[in-house]
Amino acid sequence: MAKLNLNRMEMPRQNPIERGKNFNEVALGYTREMAKEEASRCIQCAKRPCTEGCPVMVDIPEFIKAVTEDNMPEAVRALKGKNALPGICGRVCPQEVQCEAVCTLGKKGAPVAIGRLERYVADWERENIAPDKRKVEMAPATGKKVAVVGSGPASLTAAADLTKMGHEVVMFEALHVAGGVLMYGIPEFRLPKAVVQGEVEFVKSLGVDIRLNSVVGKLNTVDELLQNGYSAVFLGTGAGLPIFLNCPGENLNGIYSANEFLTRVNLMKAYRFPEYDTPVRIGKRVAVIGGGNVAMDSARCALRLGAEKVYVIYRRSAVELPARHEEVENAQEEGIDFRFLTNPKQFIGDDSNNLAAMECYQMELGEPDASGRRRPVVKEGSEFKIDVDVAIIALGTTPNPLIASTTDGLETTKHGTVVADESTGKTVKAGVWAGGDLVTGAATVISAMGAGKRAAADIDKFLRG
Amino acid sequence: MYKILHIEQLVPSIHLFKVEAPEVAKKAQAGQFVVVRLDENGERIPLTFADWDAQEGTVTIIFMEVGTTTHRLARMKAGDFITDFVGPLGVPTHVEKFGTVLCVAGGVGVAPIVPIARALKQNGNKVITIMGARSKNLLFWEDRLKSASDQLIVTTDDGSYGRKALVTEPLKELLESGEKIDRVIAIGPSIMMKFCAATSKPFGVKTIVSLNPIMVDGTGMCGCCRVAVGGVTKFACVEGPDFDGHQVDWNLLAARQRTYTAEEKQSLEQWRCHCGEEK
Repeated sequence: MAKLNLNRMEMPRQNPIERGKNFNEVALGYTREMAKEEASRCIQCAKRPCTEGCPVMVDIPEFIKAVTEDNMPEAVRALKGKNALPGICGRVCPQEVQCEAVCTLGKKGAPVAIGRLERYVADWERENIAPDKRKVEMAPATGKKVAVVGSGPASLTAAADLTKMGHEVVMFEALHVAGGVLMYGIPEFRLPKAVVQGEVEFVKSLGVDIRLNSVVGKLNTVDELLQNGYSAVFLGTGAGLPIFLNCPGENLNGIYSANEFLTRVNLMKAYRFPEYDTPVRIGKRVAVIGGGNVAMDSARCALRLGAEKVYVIYRRSAVELPARHEEVENAQEEGIDFRFLTNPKQFIGDDSNNLAAMECYQMELGEPDASGRRRPVVKEGSEFKIDVDVAIIALGTTPNPLIASTTDGLETTKHGTVVADESTGKTVKAGVWAGGDLVTGAATVISAMGAGKRAAADIDKFLRG
Repeated sequence: MYKILHIEQLVPSIHLFKVEAPEVAKKAQAGQFVVVRLDENGERIPLTFADWDAQEGTVTIIFMEVGTTTHRLARMKAGDFITDFVGPLGVPTHVEKFGTVLCVAGGVGVAPIVPIARALKQNGNKVITIMGARSKNLLFWEDRLKSASDQLIVTTDDGSYGRKALVTEPLKELLESGEKIDRVIAIGPSIMMKFCAATSKPFGVKTIVSLNPIMVDGTGMCGCCRVAVGGVTKFACVEGPDFDGHQVDWNLLAARQRTYTAEEKQSLEQWRCHCGEEK
């Protein structure tokens, strides 16, 4: 038996100083040799816990075996059998808490770098096989029409599956490009927009009719869709409503929700202003409030725009930081200054309503709250000021209320999420399914995709009677 | 891609575009707006409905040349295409039988006031409209406003046409006249709406204004359009654009509208350098 290699192949990355000045992808991708070497670490164990650990049950050992054999078309087939957007998942999935967390090799050493291999296979396909040349098995047309609202990961997955099952799918997207949070939220240096558009083109090539600039709830309602020829509706409108602190001074010029900041920078390409018309304020001293992946993304974008100093202000400690470890590490390497146990009290402006400083409290951790994490408590009298000229509020998002407020009979929670069955995505409203962040609140791309898959299967069952 | 069917230069720097947008035209209501993006490099800007025709499948927008986007728009021709045109956005102007409504239309604010006045009349209101501009050569759509109102008062700052006055003067007189005024709707530059609201406040007449903060998506996802109304932060794109003029923090609105003055200047200068060439 070959000697077990307990160390994984490093992912080549741009060096931290260099990459802090550009928006190019940080991770450069495996070469063919690196991929084959990493793939051969997989011992093709009988138990295959990795597949169970994947929210969409990718046949991981199969695609990895094909990589070792240099049989790329087979690797693509095995991978895309379950995952419609592997170029995206390979880059943004938290594999460390999913497939890689349960990898058999992980018991002795480093787990197989499943995510990096997935990316390698997806990129190979994108670079070598045009969307319309890809072999896809399509079921015969059923004559049934399904409306998919939103074009993020849940919707793209549902649409792809439903179309392959033979149904006619029309997708309604409010923005001027498809992809949802994949386009406006996750930055170019983590998820190149060309990769996202490649996946969108693939979904279109299957026959999905994507209608941009179409705001369901304004242009038409869900009930109108059901009355006008659509036998089922899938709601994948995400969680796009920003949460603000509601502290004094939050409307000063230079204070952004992370959504606005990232939309300007990533979707509207403000990092290339004035070549692109949309501006963004380039702060010299930027504070990002929050500790999740969106906060990391915001901080790293602010740095790349030219900030001299970027702070991440988080009210709990490093232990509780919810962002992916890999992203925190990337941010720290790039020189971002993490201030833990700190929370804003108020923002202070100058005479022209411009942000000039932030007054913060020091925090300490008390008893656990509902989320199980220790509750942050203000240390009285601990106020101190930090000079900042841009602040980005990255505290999370909840669903935009537009769909719920214009759809009779949909059940929602007090957080604004839509109630849907966990295994089927069915809502209490006849003919309407929902999945992704709209149902769970802000979560991951892959969990949205899993929801899209399950809903498509259930819609298919419903449409076939 | 949305085809521009017809263009008209109404007055210096103010243009009318009729755009083919059948889905939007079917659902448009007075007081709502669209977000427009010219092309791949363009930004997204909001423009209120001036008119629409559901049968024809067209929407009419009126805009003033202010920054890069509106300068570039102004150089487009019938037959050209606008890349993105999203709507209808915002909450429609609330219209019911109020009684007597004073509409005040300042400058380019005439455009959204026309369909609002029409809707008010259709709902049994007596509509008295005041329209104003800096001078005669900047007035447009007087005929449309006249036919949409029971009474029309025209003012110019310099007296070159109609009455020499700011719109707030006839507004004040009407409110003082003893006639029961049930509502005021004022649309125009922020400063004009601010002063109309200040004028009507002592009379206790509900005054609706249409706020015009900077916007990006227009659907409630970013918060760029945050305004303060009655001390509470609201997103103008989804809770507005209409708000109670007596509750609006006008200073905050004006300050936030100036967030990108330097960048806007840089962008316009760069565009001018290219002498209006397409990028």
